[in-house]
Amino acid sequence: MTDTLVKFDRVTKRFGDFTVLKDLDFEVKKGEKVTIIGPSGSGKSTVLRVLMTLEPINEGVVYVDGRPLWHEEKNGRLVPAGEAHLREMRRSLGMVFQQFNLFPHMTVRRNLIEAPVRVLGLSRKEANKRAEELLAMVGLTDQADKYPQQLSGGQQQRVGIARALAMRPQVLLFDEPTSALDPELVGDVLKVIQQLAEEHDLTMLLVTHEMDFARQISDRVCFFDQGTVCEEGPPEQIFKTPKNQRTREFLHAVLHPNE
Amino acid sequence: MLFGYAWDTSSNWAFAVSILPILLQGMIVTLEATVLGFFIAAVLGLIFAVLRAVPLRLVSWPTIFIVEFFRDTPLLIQLFFLYFVLPEYGLLLPAFLTGAVALGVQYSAYTSEVYRAGLEAVDRGQGEASRALNLPPAHTFIKIILPQAIPRIIPALGNYLISIMKDVPVLSVVTVVEMLNVAKIIGDRTFQYMIPLTMVGALYLIMTLLASYLVRTLDNRLPTQGIPLK
Amino acid sequence: MWDYLPALMQGAWITLELTFWSTLAGAFCSFFFGLGRGSRNLLLKSVSVAYIEVFRGTSLLVQMFWIFFALPLMGVRMSPMTAGILALSLNIGAYGAEVVRGAIQSVIRSQYEAAKALNFTPRQALWFIALPQALPEMLPPFGNLIIQNLKDTALVSLITLSDLAFRAESLRNLTQDSTTIYTLVLFMYFGMALMLTAIMKLLERRVGRWRGTGAR
Ligand SMILES: Nc1ncnc2c1ncn2[C@@H]1O[C@H](COP(=O)(O)OP(=O)(O)OP(=O)(O)O)[C@@H](O)[C@H]1O
Ligand SMILES: [Mg+2]
Repeated sequence: MTDTLVKFDRVTKRFGDFTVLKDLDFEVKKGEKVTIIGPSGSGKSTVLRVLMTLEPINEGVVYVDGRPLWHEEKNGRLVPAGEAHLREMRRSLGMVFQQFNLFPHMTVRRNLIEAPVRVLGLSRKEANKRAEELLAMVGLTDQADKYPQQLSGGQQQRVGIARALAMRPQVLLFDEPTSALDPELVGDVLKVIQQLAEEHDLTMLLVTHEMDFARQISDRVCFFDQGTVCEEGPPEQIFKTPKNQRTREFLHAVLHPNE
Repeated sequence: MLFGYAWDTSSNWAFAVSILPILLQGMIVTLEATVLGFFIAAVLGLIFAVLRAVPLRLVSWPTIFIVEFFRDTPLLIQLFFLYFVLPEYGLLLPAFLTGAVALGVQYSAYTSEVYRAGLEAVDRGQGEASRALNLPPAHTFIKIILPQAIPRIIPALGNYLISIMKDVPVLSVVTVVEMLNVAKIIGDRTFQYMIPLTMVGALYLIMTLLASYLVRTLDNRLPTQGIPLK
Repeated sequence: MWDYLPALMQGAWITLELTFWSTLAGAFCSFFFGLGRGSRNLLLKSVSVAYIEVFRGTSLLVQMFWIFFALPLMGVRMSPMTAGILALSLNIGAYGAEVVRGAIQSVIRSQYEAAKALNFTPRQALWFIALPQALPEMLPPFGNLIIQNLKDTALVSLITLSDLAFRAESLRNLTQDSTTIYTLVLFMYFGMALMLTAIMKLLERRVGRWRGTGAR
């Protein structure tokens, strides 16, 4: 139960001259629910995007389930990985996007079925069964044959979660899943994520600005600043007795915006 | 022998070199037809765009129909119409002029659309803002709307100039001796079509590449002064 | 006037046939070279770029004459119909290829990222995610190209195909009744263009069904 599933080993990521992740060391254990908080531009999304293989890294090694994500071993040395390796590694990862990124030309059902059929090789029948279960879980059984534009933002994001789950990933990444939503729709989505966290041993890595929610669901909270983990610990400790000055300032600004 | 130049069929290379000046003579006609045709299209299109904007259906609807009609019928037929029908009513134009008018008529349909789209793209709010400031309508149009529309209009017109250039060979059917016609005549006389026709193709490629480069440069040079295009 | 109609109608039928086949072959060229241009295969990419530049950069009539007069001297013989369709479709295909490329480029990056996160291969992402979304984007410019193609078919009369334009010219030679004949022919082309526009509008409505389907 204490196996490490995700590990960043001195990872550096640059955009041009700008260093987003600086010698980042960071770990997530199997089944752990980790929340990343931190100021805008601190590299939170970048961490997730690196893990999802959407952004390559410049230095260091990322491990997923003990295997290097961005590298392959050749003659005892680590070399940059090819597409085949990345595809294999991606099988254990799934992502929920801030802007949902549903496929607009497919119905909700097809959004859920397409990848399992084409990528995992499931039969349409199996994939459909899986889709029905997931839609029931996110409470959208009756919306299956609508197109994404016909749904509310909250409903779309729940489809986004179901779509990622349909691939049965080991790690699910959430990049601010509720920040594109109208305030009254946030609750439904958070409820689904919370249910997921409580009922499954799925490993979850979540970037959010919903501090109460982070406190409720996480096993651990990481405060990111300027591309490194500034402070991490159990939610109670981080929120009640932050040790680091910057963590304190950040939490104060977020929790008491009017002072 | 054409335009006083003889050709040399001793080798492919010599042939190509010897007919180049002849083709260039044709190219001059091509360019002249392009420029004149473009001028007519630009003016006629502007007239259509204005008539179309007249808030009187008796004027705007027929204009819309005419523009659509010009756009949807082939240049070749329009050219034949002008070439054969106008003389029956006593209007006898030289072939070159008839050809340029046909090009102008065909492309006026496209240019009028360019003007319309260019003016419409200028945010409606700009007109309203100007009225709110109590500026007179003429001032609004000349000082506010036009300067913002022109940077959109010019490049689009430039692209039609290039299209017109590529349509000039159609004029050869009414005896205009433009570049393709020259090549065809050389071919008919020497039974060598490959070299002159390929050369015309290559010259066209050079002309269009050059022209699109010029249009792009013009586009970049135009003072857009912070006007958000697109 | 009614005496001219049978001959002109036959010509119009040839015109429609030419438009149909060259549009079909042109659509194939559009997709093949439009996708080829974005390919990672360097050979396919350079062939596509060269094709697009050459056929957009030169005049259709030059291309037609080249295929009809120059190619036979190299031993490539074909009927006027084949030559006409070949020239028209290669020409329209080059413009169509740019439409295809532009439409695919207009698919936003986050769609590719979502596809990647679901582990689609780049090719699957292109075929199942990007292309279907690009298709409605392509239809209006394709509609314009089809009208362009219809008008361009008139040029095949110059390589002896007896289409509508050709019939008109022969009738004029015979009767010298230019006004009636050419007015008639202009309206026949206009009618065909309106018909094609209507068909394309229907198609647009069907293909873009998933777009703008009601408010939230
Ligand atoms: N593709 C890119 N090219 C250049 N710079 C980028 C790119 N993506 C991100 N950055 C920069 O990297 C930094 C970190 O970005 P990141 O999106 O990881 O921040 P974040 O912590 O998620 O912030 P937010 O809370 O605003 O989402 C930012 O300063 C951003 O401007
Ligand atoms: Mg972010």
